[in-house]
Amino acid sequence: MYSPLLVKPMREELVVAGFEELTSSEDVDRWMDQKEGTALLVINSVCGCAAGMARPGVRLALEHAVKPDRLGTVFAGQDAAATAKARGAFPEVPPSSPSMALFKDGELVHFVPRHRIESQDLEAVARDLTDAFDQHCA
Amino acid sequence: MGTFHQNKSELHGITVVVDTDGPEIFVGRCDDMDEERVILLDVDVHRDGEGGKSKAEYVQKAAQLGIWKKHDHLVVDRARVTSVRRLAEV
Repeated sequence: MYSPLLVKPMREELVVAGFEELTSSEDVDRWMDQKEGTALLVINSVCGCAAGMARPGVRLALEHAVKPDRLGTVFAGQDAAATAKARGAFPEVPPSSPSMALFKDGELVHFVPRHRIESQDLEAVARDLTDAFDQHCA
Repeated sequence: MGTFHQNKSELHGITVVVDTDGPEIFVGRCDDMDEERVILLDVDVHRDGEGGKSKAEYVQKAAQLGIWKKHDHLVVDRARVTSVRRLAEV
């Protein structure tokens, strides 16, 4: 596991963008229990090969006029119980990180797996999300 | 901000499709590759026709949401490899 000091700025990159950090399975339960409306869950991760563009891409997407009602994040490889609990909300989807899940009224409506983030620029990562925001959050 | 990996191939950290001259096709995260081998992490292996799916059908499905890994680490002999593609570009 990476040092918490190394990971701290990667957590803060999403927290300052308005994400609620979910660090325990209880946090995830509470967050997921709010079914009404739209919610974006980001499964954060350390690896820069994909995550380096994931976080800036998410932040850019949130500058879009249409966006989800709620934002939450778990950190894969750091908060194991919270991440496992979050992935339990979409058991049909293979685990990957970073990744992003958009929910509408508690149902998964859009998922961006790691391989769709890798080696993309931040505009492409953002566009994948904003297209989904327009479709599901308007 | 992200981590930085030195001395790895340009596909390091990228999810790739490694096709072979045999029935197997692999999807996993490339750790490294050179003239002798492709080193993959978190790997799924599909055999042509397995579960009623051709290699192409399997890859199309993998491209949608990803793969369920069967191996944490796997080394593929480069002599068997006919192509290495990014899964995102399938």
